[in-house]
Amino acid sequence: MSALLSFKSGVHPPDEKAITAGIASRRLPFPDELILPLSQHLGAPAKALVQIGDRLQRGDMLAEASGFISAPIHATAAGTVKDIALWPHPNGGSVEAVRIKVDPYSTQQTRPRMVPRWEDLEPSQISDAIREAGVVGLGGAAFPAFVKLNPPKDQKIEVLLINGCECEPYLTSDHRVMLERAEQVHTGIRILLKGLGITKAVVGIESNKPDAIEAMQKAAPTDLDVSIQPLQVKYPQGAEKMLIKAVTGKEVPSGALPSVVGAVVQNVATVAMISEVFETGLPLIERIVTVTGRGIKKPGNWVVPFGTKLRDLLDQCGGLTDDAEEVVFGGPMMGLAVGNLDVPILKGTGGVLVLSKDECKQQEVMPCIRCGRCLEACPIFLNPQKLGSLARVERYEEMVETHLNDCMLCGCCSYACPSNIPLSQLFAMSKNQLRKISS
Amino acid sequence: MDAELILRSVLILGGVGLVFGLLIALANQKLKVWEDPRIHDLEELLPGTNCGACGTPGCHAFAEGLALGEQEPVGCTVMGPDDINDVAEYLGVDAGEANRRIARLLCAGGSRQAVQKSDYAGVDTCKAASVVAGGGKGCTWGCLGLADCEVSCTFGAIYMNDDLLPVVIPELCTACNDCVVSCPKDLYVLMPVSQELIVQCKNLIDGDAAEDLCSVACTACGKCVQDAESGLIEIQNGLAVIDYDKNELANPKATSRCPTGAIIWLEGAQFQESPSELRMEAI
Repeated sequence: MSALLSFKSGVHPPDEKAITAGIASRRLPFPDELILPLSQHLGAPAKALVQIGDRLQRGDMLAEASGFISAPIHATAAGTVKDIALWPHPNGGSVEAVRIKVDPYSTQQTRPRMVPRWEDLEPSQISDAIREAGVVGLGGAAFPAFVKLNPPKDQKIEVLLINGCECEPYLTSDHRVMLERAEQVHTGIRILLKGLGITKAVVGIESNKPDAIEAMQKAAPTDLDVSIQPLQVKYPQGAEKMLIKAVTGKEVPSGALPSVVGAVVQNVATVAMISEVFETGLPLIERIVTVTGRGIKKPGNWVVPFGTKLRDLLDQCGGLTDDAEEVVFGGPMMGLAVGNLDVPILKGTGGVLVLSKDECKQQEVMPCIRCGRCLEACPIFLNPQKLGSLARVERYEEMVETHLNDCMLCGCCSYACPSNIPLSQLFAMSKNQLRKISS
Repeated sequence: MDAELILRSVLILGGVGLVFGLLIALANQKLKVWEDPRIHDLEELLPGTNCGACGTPGCHAFAEGLALGEQEPVGCTVMGPDDINDVAEYLGVDAGEANRRIARLLCAGGSRQAVQKSDYAGVDTCKAASVVAGGGKGCTWGCLGLADCEVSCTFGAIYMNDDLLPVVIPELCTACNDCVVSCPKDLYVLMPVSQELIVQCKNLIDGDAAEDLCSVACTACGKCVQDAESGLIEIQNGLAVIDYDKNELANPKATSRCPTGAIIWLEGAQFQESPSELRMEAI
């Protein structure tokens, strides 16, 4: 077999997936209270449609999209609206959220729904149904999924890429989706191919998941051009631009979207969810979340309704160990440290990582020795060393000239730095400051 | 090498130099731009910090404004009264009406008052901490206490007190705006010293939930609204907001029943209930 496809640069962190990869996903019991922030996706926050005291059934829409790039939000369990007020958000701010007191006697059955046969729908109707269901990218960025089905008119889409790389260490939620819901993923691919009006799809999976590759290959359709492409194990293989480069050999230009090179990328969990929307009529209200790390007593993969408080989820996993030190939403490379156990699980939360003291030892930051390892690691060929020294002295405009906006905060530079300089944190800070300056 | 060659080079080089020198002298006369000589003198009198607090790009631009009569000497917030008088005397104008402003921090939740939900470890600046779960403080609006403002202050007018809150020394503050820009939580405002009634809080949560996060939070109970002259204070989005257009109506009575001490009557520096030795050093 020839060498596996990949991209240039990148890093090889230990994958640590063995902790949860073999654990089948289980449904989390419904908590007593759900917190549903109106901002769970990229774009404009949703607009609340409910009032305090309203009774909701599981799957009812409680907030509508408020713009093109926005997504509606649905009740993830039956209950009563207790409050609509500010609540801590995993990003460190406070945002408007609908608090639902879950009805403990409800069977949590959903209302009977009319589900149209997707085979008979027009592409625009498929896109609308995905939009109405509040489906966003489940890979982490939570970008509304229907937007990708409506590329600019002058750009011709040739291939649908399905992202099953899951290159973040520790996380196994996409892995479980491919093992447990391979059929659904393939149905989802059919729906998306119809929505895009094309026939070619490629599923990219890192070669450290041979069982997922096998399961996906077994379920692959014979009447469509859908292939399963094993990829080299390298971080950040699952980044949109890196996946496109590995599979098609094309490079997405700076500042452009994948549609420029004729590709649309969707995460496997998103695709499985889209298929579910057309099978059951249910909107996006739950997902598989990996709870892992050495700071949690019982790691596992859970089907979690959105809005479940982190505290409730951790309790369900046996609680924290004595040496638990840090809780992260997402993986260790790009995840966000969480500062408050009352924050809810959101649409974009694919994993909760609880690190023990040993796993997150703080290293002393030393001066830059100009070794160039960050340049070798950066998958989009930036100069993190220069960006880092500019960030230290707060010269943000010069950072933009040094292409800060192309940085996706993958964390390769921080990982590669022998002086332990927290480069990607400095870049996140600079992006934040620039947003503040421009507003 | 003969003497003639030496002589010739000297003459050629000297001649070229003379011609260009004349050209420059001519250009100096023909292309001369007249500048008010007072601008130079005024710049000498100004502090030369180029801080921009007066609203112009720097001291030279302010001096130009003074010479043209577009600026008043009190427009410079860095100079003391004596220096302002010197400038006014030099120009033979009135010093102008002083409406002195200083920076005020709209948060009184230091390490002893506000709840810390998690500890931040990393680059020790507020800007860097604020991108990691907002810094770990229970109140997502509050001061992180990592002293970005103290570092940014050109005039050494800010020091951190024992509660890790920045104290602005009124005598040294020039309202240059540097701390306002440096704060990632946008907690600073420049306000006239005549505005003595201040709500030292930006927390938009109301009731017990706010007090659970910080002992000096505004709980939006509305007692100050009742105690103040009508229309002066209003509860907006879970926070008492003072209408400073009606500042002449303000008096200390509004603070009398505040259960948390979020609204205060302020003369001089903030956070004086917890004096620090640092203050002694700074002054």
